[in-house]
Amino acid sequence: MSAIEIIGLTKSFGSVTAISKLDLAIAVGEVFGLVGPDGAGKTTTLRILCGLVDPTEGQTRVAGFDPVKQTTQVRDQIEYMAQRFGLYQDLTVEENMDFYADLFGISDATLEPLKLRLLGMTRMEPFRNRPAGQLSGGMKQKLALMCALLHKPAILLLDEPTNGVDPVSRRDFWLILEDLVQGGMTLIVSTSYLDEAERCGRVGLMHEGRLIRCGSPAELKKAMPGLFWEVEPEDMRATRRELEAHQGIWGVKPSGATLHVHASPEVNVSDWMTARIIEPSLEDVFVAVVTAEEKHA
Amino acid sequence: MSFRRIRAVFRKEFLHIVRDPRSLGMALLIPILMLGLFGYALSLDVNHLPAIIYDQDNSPASRDLIQAFQGSTYFDVRSVSGDYPSIEKGINSNKIVFGLVIPPDFTRLLEGGNVQVLLDGSDSNTASIAMAYVTTVVNLYALERTAQRLDQRTGMHVKPLTEAQVRVWYNNDLKSRNFIVPGLIPVILMIIAALLTSLCIAPEWENGTMEQLLSTPIRPTELLLGKLSAFFVLGAADTVMSLLAAVFLFNVPLKGSLAFLGLSSFIFLFGALSWGIFISAATKSQLIAYQVGLLSSFLPAFLLSGFIYAVDNMPTVIRFITNFIPAKYYVTIMKGIFLKGVGMKVMWLELLWLTVYAVIIFTLAVSKMKPKIA
Amino acid sequence: MPEPDAVVIDKLVKRFGTFVAVDNVSLRVAKGEIFGFLGPNGAGKSTTIRILCGLLGPTSGQATVSGFDVATQPELVKRSIGYMSQKFSLYGDLTVEENLDFFSGIYGVPKERREERKSFALRMANLEERRGELTGQLPGGWKQRLALGCAILHEPPILFLDEPTSGVDPIARRSFWDLIYDLSAGGQTIFVTTHYMDEAEYCHRVALMYKGKVIALDTPRAFKQRLGAKSMEEVFINEIERQEAATA
Repeated sequence: MSAIEIIGLTKSFGSVTAISKLDLAIAVGEVFGLVGPDGAGKTTTLRILCGLVDPTEGQTRVAGFDPVKQTTQVRDQIEYMAQRFGLYQDLTVEENMDFYADLFGISDATLEPLKLRLLGMTRMEPFRNRPAGQLSGGMKQKLALMCALLHKPAILLLDEPTNGVDPVSRRDFWLILEDLVQGGMTLIVSTSYLDEAERCGRVGLMHEGRLIRCGSPAELKKAMPGLFWEVEPEDMRATRRELEAHQGIWGVKPSGATLHVHASPEVNVSDWMTARIIEPSLEDVFVAVVTAEEKHA
Repeated sequence: MSFRRIRAVFRKEFLHIVRDPRSLGMALLIPILMLGLFGYALSLDVNHLPAIIYDQDNSPASRDLIQAFQGSTYFDVRSVSGDYPSIEKGINSNKIVFGLVIPPDFTRLLEGGNVQVLLDGSDSNTASIAMAYVTTVVNLYALERTAQRLDQRTGMHVKPLTEAQVRVWYNNDLKSRNFIVPGLIPVILMIIAALLTSLCIAPEWENGTMEQLLSTPIRPTELLLGKLSAFFVLGAADTVMSLLAAVFLFNVPLKGSLAFLGLSSFIFLFGALSWGIFISAATKSQLIAYQVGLLSSFLPAFLLSGFIYAVDNMPTVIRFITNFIPAKYYVTIMKGIFLKGVGMKVMWLELLWLTVYAVIIFTLAVSKMKPKIA
Repeated sequence: MPEPDAVVIDKLVKRFGTFVAVDNVSLRVAKGEIFGFLGPNGAGKSTTIRILCGLLGPTSGQATVSGFDVATQPELVKRSIGYMSQKFSLYGDLTVEENLDFFSGIYGVPKERREERKSFALRMANLEERRGELTGQLPGGWKQRLALGCAILHEPPILFLDEPTSGVDPIARRSFWDLIYDLSAGGQTIFVTTHYMDEAEYCHRVALMYKGKVIALDTPRAFKQRLGAKSMEEVFINEIERQEAATA
């Protein structure tokens, strides 16, 4: 059975089409990553799935329920973490957690150890009595995540949950998430970190309201035309300019201390400089696909 | 419906209230301020009307008349040796309300003579009361003199034919405070309730917390009930505070049943809070909610509830409108309990209207709270 | 003659009550450098930046920015810096151009230079075609570029960027960093915090902050060599875990 089914989904705000004819099915237990440039329609899609926004056209089913008409049944099955910090600034970390625990009906016996585990895992223990308004941006995200993870919903929808969260905590979060998925939870996460998308079973790439690519990270990489090369230049900018001037070079993207070069199969980058063929990262795929889309438009 | 979720919202809301000194201060200060202002400063009683008397006759008869004025607590005769300029000056500078001019031939003309009353009409309410008082005193004086004359001439003992025997029921000493304070409590509660609650949902929209909250299993009714009960505690505290002040500070006699008072206050407060929540849910903006809350609670409760201005004296259209002001029924109930000691038997209809109003507004508020953000 | 350092921090301490947010930090940033400031959430990065911008007073220690003391000459400091905070702080209901005009006025850009600076900022942020649009309706990455554009209107020699690319998609981030490189090439000093470790690789030098202390400071290359790590991500995770093991 599908955890989520979307058929012909369209959402317009006035003259702006946020989502256009989206079709997508996500199976129970899947980890689905939603990526795309800002304004591609990721947040709107998630909001429609929670029944927070009604679609203009099309059908959606979440855990078998219609978010438009069966909003309350859907809410009992899901947990959604909004992109904008949605907790109470004048309440402490712990008070916010207790509030959400009550809303989810978590028993006191399970709450205490769970709270301790989450606080420990997120390194938030020292801040448990601090008002949320006085936390740094990343800590707020952690708090929101902790609140989201207090109960075990069938479907977890996370809208850019790790924005501004440091790498160690980010890794820890994904460990927690993977734990939950082991237990059969379906996870849909939008993210601007493409390394996080690599951890997903399938990834949907949205662009201007349309789903332009969808598949496992391996499939998406395999479907890319041309070859990807890695160059380790002395002077990044000079090398980049030099490469971009060549025929058959489709794109040059800095990646850490190296450059990733997307080139037509006829081109051999190692003719010009030390370079080796690599498997592209999802970020390489993302940049290449979106850049191509924008050129067409 | 989950009691636990309602309790969670209640707790959270209570924390917000306690941590925000502004709203807490507002909730506790407004009643004190209004009670002080209206209880002490506003008095509709007309006593000690200041006056200057210009006695041109200076006769035993004129002094008798002056004596009648000086002997009454309704008047405060500042001077009996005034003249026209001093009366004019007194009225212009608001020192006196009226001047009494006794003509030089007062004694002579007594049988058909007149006295002149110069009245400051700029405050029509006071002027008309003063006019009535002065007329009464002069008439009584004239009546007595006539009777005396008849007595002297005919030897007959004459008595006025008809005399009104007045017994004032309820508020026997006709103190306006006894009538203002019980009516003030509804006004205070209406303001507090509508103002505070109107500020309780809009911030959830403005701060982005609504999106998160709505995505949980919480039902709109639970959210409203939770918020309502938190503010209810505050409103109840205000009610108790005002009642204590009324009874012990202003010595307003409380004649009726406390239970009925509690029940009607509960229902009224529930309706008033629902109104605030309705505004808040409908406007989604703190600023607009605040303004609408103030306008829609204070003005009607103050002007149209019969708190000060008697509904019976209003034009028909306005009188019709007052039927939709819940504070009117509550004011009637409060005055009834406090001053008349009557209860459910007499005021069941008012209570019924309050209940109907509360249920309608609460239902409206619930319908406004859609679990959607757009 | 060597140029004076753009930022000098000497034994800087900031306490909030009993909480030590910045604990005896000392470091120098050279002129024209892109200096990366990394660390877990709550390590004290933002607090340090706020002190350097003259927005917060230090508890003890000293810091100078562009030669001005942050504690005693905050007004002079503010004139020589551009600051972009984590939180989007432009006016959503003003257009791109109105925001630029507003900040131009705030920063006291001379009248005759305003047009020139505005068109430079628009060109730099690649916002020329959207100059009339409401800022609130721009996608996230564009807003960040506009925020940067506003921060450089008065040609500050030093820029403080506090997580400027948080939540911005990879393409927008890349174009943002192209801007940072351009500014650095033009001699501006960039002091930047980030949680994207690929961005850390683009910095000339990187300081790693943990619980208020700077625990390591080096070039990305030296960091990786020393720890035998492939990426800064690995460096970060290793260093923080080592610290946590040591303090546990």
